[in-house]
Amino acid sequence: MTAAAPLGKDLLGLEPLSGEQISLILDTAEPFKEISERAIKKVPTLRGSTVVNLFFENSTRTRISFEFAEKRLSADTVNVSSSGSSVSKGETLVDTARNLEAMRIDMVVIRHGSSGAAKFLAGRIESNVINAGDGMHEHPTQGLLDLLTLRDHFKRIEGLRVCICGDVLHSRVARSNIWGLRKLGAEVAVCGPRSLMPNAIDEMGVTVFSRIEEAIEWADALNILRLQLERMTAGYIPSLREYNRVFGVTRERLERAPRDVLILHPGPMNRGVEIDSDVADGPHSVILPQVTNGVAVRMAVLYLLSGGRPELAESAKAGKGAP
Amino acid sequence: MTRPVLLTGGRVLDPSQQMDGVADVLLVDGAVAAIGRDIGRPDDAQTVDCAGLIVSPGFIDVHCHLREPGRADVETIASGARAAAAGGFTAVCAMPNTDPVIDNPAAVGFVVRQGLRAGAARVYPIGAISVGQRGEALAEFGEMVDAGAIGVSDDGKPVVSAQLMRTALEYARTFQIPVIDHCEEPTLAAGGAMNEGIVSARLGLKGIPDEAEEIMAIRDILLARLTRGHVHLAHMSTKGSVELIRWGKDRGINVTAEVCPHHLSLTEEAVEGYDTNAKMNPPLRTAEDVETLRQAVRDGTIDLVATDHAPHHYDEKEREFQNAPNGIVGLETALSVVVDSLVVPGHIDFGTLVDRMSCSPARLFGLPGGTLRVGSPADVTVFDPARRWTVDPDLFLSKGRNTPYAGMTLTGRTICTVVAGQVVYTLN
Ligand SMILES: [Zn+2]
Ligand SMILES: [Zn+2]
Repeated sequence: MTAAAPLGKDLLGLEPLSGEQISLILDTAEPFKEISERAIKKVPTLRGSTVVNLFFENSTRTRISFEFAEKRLSADTVNVSSSGSSVSKGETLVDTARNLEAMRIDMVVIRHGSSGAAKFLAGRIESNVINAGDGMHEHPTQGLLDLLTLRDHFKRIEGLRVCICGDVLHSRVARSNIWGLRKLGAEVAVCGPRSLMPNAIDEMGVTVFSRIEEAIEWADALNILRLQLERMTAGYIPSLREYNRVFGVTRERLERAPRDVLILHPGPMNRGVEIDSDVADGPHSVILPQVTNGVAVRMAVLYLLSGGRPELAESAKAGKGAP
Repeated sequence: MTRPVLLTGGRVLDPSQQMDGVADVLLVDGAVAAIGRDIGRPDDAQTVDCAGLIVSPGFIDVHCHLREPGRADVETIASGARAAAAGGFTAVCAMPNTDPVIDNPAAVGFVVRQGLRAGAARVYPIGAISVGQRGEALAEFGEMVDAGAIGVSDDGKPVVSAQLMRTALEYARTFQIPVIDHCEEPTLAAGGAMNEGIVSARLGLKGIPDEAEEIMAIRDILLARLTRGHVHLAHMSTKGSVELIRWGKDRGINVTAEVCPHHLSLTEEAVEGYDTNAKMNPPLRTAEDVETLRQAVRDGTIDLVATDHAPHHYDEKEREFQNAPNGIVGLETALSVVVDSLVVPGHIDFGTLVDRMSCSPARLFGLPGGTLRVGSPADVTVFDPARRWTVDPDLFLSKGRNTPYAGMTLTGRTICTVVAGQVVYTLN
């Protein structure tokens, strides 16, 4: 990795990045969007590079999105997921790191159930590490694709009012969103039951709404988090029915808003719990463009971490090969 | 008969007899024989030049984990006792949460024998409160005391049943031993990996609120009031706990408390970067808590400093933060951390340090030592109050290497440790 790499060696979260670095990734993603529109969706940018997708935790969506991004840049990819691999046989993260290091791979995309796992790995191997979600900590590429989607729609991030709705306590998406949005100058709020908010959330520079109606009245956009259904059995909320009644984003509630509110959701959705179907499929939903943007931001991250120069992203798109 | 030991020209600091001045100390037949300027010099005496050093009653650690039986790969009673001596401790109390649990007289006897064989610091066993530390039936306090136990504790876990804790406090009165309390409300602390607050919110780690400690602290202070038993609160970490202890002491309740060096010197910020050597239970708290704990050591609300020495194998700490075990080694850094965080900034003087690390633990736990009065056991610590050294865990005598102080330069170092009149450690 060259010293001039604009992002450093790894992408572990949005907290360590500056606003400029985040904007750089979004800008780099722009030309990559177009590749996905082509008949032959492939450029040779990462030809010869090996990327391991190391998924200790199931996430079909994120894994497929990364895989598409890697393949469209012509990287060789290997998927290691927890079912049927040494990972499930009790191999420790440190053993995994040593093995990866011995295999001289170039990049690792890691999803892990423990906060800090990506940082742990990054400190022990020379390959670039991309955090694809670590415990309750961060999910930076999800934060980036949310930012790109908001920027596409509003043409700006600065000054936007974005409310993150739902289980902020356990959400890595929420943390990445809070950092990313604030670093780019948006106002950020959270809304949900207090039992699903970190106690110290007020100290993170966000407004806290206890009523979804207030959040809808305030916001330009709602980012609605998936409610893990086991939160109910764990006693954080009394019932899904009550959750939907009190915090569900419904068409009726949105119709009372003073302006059109953009709807984001990282998926997969619990329709009828945190979001109603007519909202998810409605005119202000950008849930599907989020998925499309996910591939583009992941291409941008892979490109930049592998040493790609931002100003050459346009020519990389044109098929100029590895930087 | 061992050779007499003569400690010459040191600053003899013994708060138990308001002694602070340069003198020689003569140790003969395992006891303090004389202290003064012209006490003579037996021909066969082993002389230790203590000029510029502090000579104090030996430090006593009432809370450490020596891992034997069960995990001799991580620490043995012998390696723990040698580490203790290197840290200036002439006696340590070993917690019973081993495998198997020290919950019967035979197991207590095993710890006593291993301690004697080690020939380093004295090792006093602490017996379990409940059989198997399962929180159900009381262990045999009486027989364990006869075998050498000096207190009881289910440390490592809380006594969940208030009724069992009540009975333990009452029954322990029979034998005049303290019930040592691991204060942790288990449902509030469940799954927690660090202090609950802004740092846990940012790092995405489940937090343990102050109240998990404080709810149990006040419950057991109230049970001590009810039973008039002696409850000793281990490893206090919060401002609120200090206030509750003060409340109890003001009312004459028989509550004593300890604090660990790490809770006097580090904050939750040490967890940034997911350093598992900053993972402990109770967790590192905030700067405000640290400040309150320092004041509480000064004013005596917190009676003593104990290490909670908890060695772990390197591989066990070398993993994801939330799955790593709690605890750090502490025997060999305790003195220096207390000097650096309490004496150097002026919170306490060396006399208070010696009281909190030697006199007070001996007095409250009814142990030999804690004084250099003529005729008392010749347990002595000689330390250099100003010596700076850089912590290198590879040089520890403990088998454990898990310390957040690695690479830090600290002040104050043990030079020589004498147990029962025998030099068991000398810094070379
Ligand atoms: Zn404990
Ligand atoms: Zn302990």
